Amino acid sequence: MSERYEPVIVGFLCNWCSYRAADLAGTSRLHYAPNMRPIRVMCSGRVDPQFVLKALREGADGVLIAGCHPGECHYVEGNIKALRRYILLKRLLRQLGVEEERVQLIWASASEGNVLAEAVDRMTEQLRALGPLRWREMVLSGDGHRPSPLPQQAAPVAEEV
Amino acid sequence: MSKERVGVYICHCGTNIAGTVDVEAVARWASEQPHVAVARDYKFMCSSLGQDLIEEDIRELGLTRVVVAACSPHMHEKTFRTACQRAGLNPFLFEMANIREHNSWATDDREAATEKAKALVKGAIERVVHHQPLEPLPVQINPATLVVGGGIAGITAALELANAGYPVYLVEREPSIGGHMAQLDKTFPTLDCSACILTPKMVEVGQHPHITLLSYSEVEEVEGYIGNFTVTVRKKARHVNEELCTGCGICEEKCPKKVLDEVFEAGLGYRKAIYRPFPQAVPKYPVIDVENCIYFQRGKCKACQIFCPAGAIDFEQEDEILQIEVGNIILATGYDLFDPRRIPQYGYGRLANVFTSLEFERMVNAAGPTGGRIVLRDGVTEPQSVAIIHCVGSRDKNYNEYCSKVCCMYSLKFAHLVHERLPNAEVYNFYIDIRAPGKGYEEFYHRLLEEKTHFIRGRVAEVTDAARMPGEEGKLIVQVEDTLIGRQRRIPVDMVILSAGLEARHDSREVAQRFGLGCDFNGFFVERHPKLDPVATMTEGVFVAGACQGPKDIPESVAQGAAAAARVASLISQGTVLMEPVRAHIIEELCSGCRICNNLCPYNAIVYHEDRKVSEVVTALCQGCGTCVAACPSAAITGAHFTSEQVMFQIEGILWDVRSPDGREREPEMVMA
Repeated sequence: MSERYEPVIVGFLCNWCSYRAADLAGTSRLHYAPNMRPIRVMCSGRVDPQFVLKALREGADGVLIAGCHPGECHYVEGNIKALRRYILLKRLLRQLGVEEERVQLIWASASEGNVLAEAVDRMTEQLRALGPLRWREMVLSGDGHRPSPLPQQAAPVAEEV
Repeated sequence: MSKERVGVYICHCGTNIAGTVDVEAVARWASEQPHVAVARDYKFMCSSLGQDLIEEDIRELGLTRVVVAACSPHMHEKTFRTACQRAGLNPFLFEMANIREHNSWATDDREAATEKAKALVKGAIERVVHHQPLEPLPVQINPATLVVGGGIAGITAALELANAGYPVYLVEREPSIGGHMAQLDKTFPTLDCSACILTPKMVEVGQHPHITLLSYSEVEEVEGYIGNFTVTVRKKARHVNEELCTGCGICEEKCPKKVLDEVFEAGLGYRKAIYRPFPQAVPKYPVIDVENCIYFQRGKCKACQIFCPAGAIDFEQEDEILQIEVGNIILATGYDLFDPRRIPQYGYGRLANVFTSLEFERMVNAAGPTGGRIVLRDGVTEPQSVAIIHCVGSRDKNYNEYCSKVCCMYSLKFAHLVHERLPNAEVYNFYIDIRAPGKGYEEFYHRLLEEKTHFIRGRVAEVTDAARMPGEEGKLIVQVEDTLIGRQRRIPVDMVILSAGLEARHDSREVAQRFGLGCDFNGFFVERHPKLDPVATMTEGVFVAGACQGPKDIPESVAQGAAAAARVASLISQGTVLMEPVRAHIIEELCSGCRICNNLCPYNAIVYHEDRKVSEVVTALCQGCGTCVAACPSAAITGAHFTSEQVMFQIEGILWDVRSPDGREREPEMVMA
């Protein structure tokens, strides 16, 4: 392994779609960044925001939540509930100074191994550029990282941390 | 928490894992981890010898938990759970770490793969010590079955079950069963008459003591779970009293209103406002098409009622809503034909003598609108030359990428029928490949070669009536690149038949949601496993058969219908099945009665008790998604086998190498369920 920094991503994959997508990526021998460590849940709707926070404070540099496409959830609409929680969670994380790229939600159906692989590769590079999260120093004790500009803004409004 | 003894097994899977992950090192490392009593690596854990290793260790070393690091749990979780069970350990005290599909197959970085394997194994170890023994739930299976769709697949499934002595409800949306097969004239490659082989089965269904045929009906709602479904069916009003109607057909004769029959006659012929879709319809009762009936639209006529000798016409009849209880459901809803209007350059709908395959089926059918004569749209002129264009809407990135499987064969059948009825006509088949994989199929293709069919290999670019060269006036010109000679060709013909592909029904996604299924990108229902389980779905107790699962021909539809029936029969004969205990449970003492969970459940499995002011999960309805578990603000809901505690410890384990050095002490935790 090279000397460069390797981010660690915890992935919450739903049993029916995204976990199988990751299986398919492997079966198809698609090589992608080994930085994502998957945890299986039955549905993306099972993902408690506390899981995400736990992962971040235990040393993960990022968290990926992956579920079925809207309309295709094995449990009808668990993924929609995951989406609602995710949006609210992101607002909280922003206030804590955690960059946007660190917690991501994607949809990947069981036949979309490549979608999952590409998402992991992309996220790995984004986090590599951001550097380690260092939750204790930056979030608990510090003022957090400089948050990345929100999608509506072109640049940070003022030079404040 | 008592001291657990975990057995950890790292599988080599031949070289699939061992080729990338240093499995011996992972096993050595695992044996030093807390809770681990023994850690081994072995070539093939799923083999009997591998499973023996686990069973012996459980017995001899008193293991209380087992972790296997190998392939995906979707492959072998069941295998290893059963092994544990054989050795006397509750099968849910087992956890798998996926270090193949998610690791060794997804990277060639050996160091990273080995580190990732350790993390995944550690996650599994930390999680499994918090597993609880669980017992599956026994569920009674109602012996009645619902079959949705009365085409050949549905008919086969219904007959197989009914002949086994089990009651069947067959729901069909059209006024008669028979499906698309009833529209066909001859079937490839034997050239059996389709109606001749189908109608005896239709009659058998109609008369079978164990089959309740609900035709002109649709399923509106499905509730419940395997063994115990409650289905709401709307029996649409025919406006004909089935108790009195004798099927004499006088009403049809006397009805003054002619309507273009877009369904059965594929728009090629007419029917009346009161009609039976075809003479051999089962059931034999006609139906009034309210949109086109003069009485319903303008209050006049009533000829059918006047002439009906049995007094069976009932204009006041209303839709009937039925609630039926069944144990299993088989979906056999069939396909829709690709609409070639989507390919304007083929001229369908604009150029009169361009026909779809289903239109041509009706044309060659002896009972069809032309009495089996092959004629142009004017109804009189016989074509001297016919072009049959393969792959219309199929194998095409612009429309459907997949191959529709049956079109090459039915295109050959058409070519044969043209030769047979118009011996002097020239027949051109424009193909990309000839797909003839079944019994007798290749031989049938050779027969067509001998009948002097012109086969031209190329995807047709255009069908036009714009004549440019002598001999093209008044003709349809097929413009194509003949790829075998490497030249563009313009072939003037009198008639063009578009071999359109098979698509999922236009409402398949809605239907899928209603039954708790998924659809693939093309709208076909998703099977549990494309190779090994093509008739089961992800939802227990719901099966699929026939073209609704993917394009296929009649023998395959029959095979799937019978297969689905066999699966259902197997469940019924077991009487009781065991359901996975992965489901939610509300701890009454912790529930504050906020009811946030009530509306989150997609299965309406959570009830609220007004008297005790707490919610409760109806265990048998709960499917175990865990949405309520994550949402409960009091952490009062336990998600069995996916408890918050288990996941939290798995997170700690998986991050073992990046947790802060002082990391063992945790911040004051929230209450975990």
